[in-house]
Amino acid sequence: MALPTPWQTATVTDIRAETRTAKTFRLELADPRRHLAGQHYVVRLTAPDGYRAQRSYSVASAPDDRAIELTVELLPGGEVSGFLHEVVEVGDELEVRGPIGGFFAWDDESPILGVAGGSGVVPLMSMLRHSRAQGHPDLVQLVVSVRTPADLYYAGEITGPETTIVHTRQAPAGSHRPAGRLSAGDLEPILDADREIYVCGSPGFCDGATALLLDLGVDTHRIRVERFGPTR
Amino acid sequence: MPITRGFAGRGRSGRDSRLPPGQFDAGEDWPVLHVEATPSLATKDWTFTVDGLVDTPTTWTWDEIHALPGDRYEGDIHCVTTWSKFGMTFDGVSVDTLLEIAGLQDDAAYVMARSHTGYTTNLPIEDVTDGHAWVVWDVDGAPLEAVHGGPARLLVPHLYFWKSAKWVSGLTLMAEDEPGFWEQNGYHDRGDPWREQRYQGD
Repeated sequence: MALPTPWQTATVTDIRAETRTAKTFRLELADPRRHLAGQHYVVRLTAPDGYRAQRSYSVASAPDDRAIELTVELLPGGEVSGFLHEVVEVGDELEVRGPIGGFFAWDDESPILGVAGGSGVVPLMSMLRHSRAQGHPDLVQLVVSVRTPADLYYAGEITGPETTIVHTRQAPAGSHRPAGRLSAGDLEPILDADREIYVCGSPGFCDGATALLLDLGVDTHRIRVERFGPTR
Repeated sequence: MPITRGFAGRGRSGRDSRLPPGQFDAGEDWPVLHVEATPSLATKDWTFTVDGLVDTPTTWTWDEIHALPGDRYEGDIHCVTTWSKFGMTFDGVSVDTLLEIAGLQDDAAYVMARSHTGYTTNLPIEDVTDGHAWVVWDVDGAPLEAVHGGPARLLVPHLYFWKSAKWVSGLTLMAEDEPGFWEQNGYHDRGDPWREQRYQGD
């Protein structure tokens, strides 16, 4: 049984833009807790009259990081994402609880393949950072699907021999792969019977990626899926 | 209660009284959240079993469960990930009908709902009896799609929707409570949206 995780105060110590619509918030926790790569935190906002709104965000930082980093995509009309993007400044305090979630968490020993669509890269980035920090970068292979090069989160850090970037709308100049949806041809060369597969992204992306994997003969029990719904 | 600097809340102007605290109206959207690959389950392979503390453990095939008296839920649903949907219609069979056939034993106090994928979720018996729960296969007049738990799912609409197990395969009646899948992973054992029982300890 997971222990209850109480609400606690987090102080915003850094805010970075990842893309035009995504920001990473670095939070120092009053009561630091070690998370597993793949888990999430809940952020709760409270208005002076007691009205509240809360949303879950995956942790992007590695478990050994002292602070946690949450990357938040700005959603149209998003009550919480809009507030975090437009109002929150370094030094602000936010109420958070976590870490939460066990099924999509990585045990940090088994070799895995992560398949991410857009903002679905966030929990997988935590896994990649952790494997690199532990000196076992071979444990985490990533395929990341983005619309254009400008939509890639963690662009300065994520690329490397472990990572395959797939562009669906616009490929970078000189790319050998034309822009197009994730295909069996993107996944087949890196499929490896030993790896558990973590799929994360929009519902449509997850269903598409899962169908490709099943067509390639991957057993359904090797696939874990986290769908990022359109929560505003 | 700590106030968040600068937060007034933009989601509540004209807030609908049908919305439990912390929820928003998903409108036409029906967001999908589950952690398994969506299974492709043929109705000919689908079964539903009631076992555990019952007089007659019983399994129904797709055709057999459809032959039982039908029942309908019309109303709202609420997901722990903060969306709610209003005015939905689900058709299926009341869990009361199934438990009546199987025959509840006196010491049955909890149920574990199971899915064909291996998913589980636990509920007190009061939350699945007296017209509180259904096994449903149609939504708004059309067959339930696989991403929403089709061919059939459990429906316990007064609790957060993770209790409404997709691809449901049966109920096991128990004397003692046991945590199901999300409940082992930090989610609340009961999950009442009006009390905002999202996580263990809420």
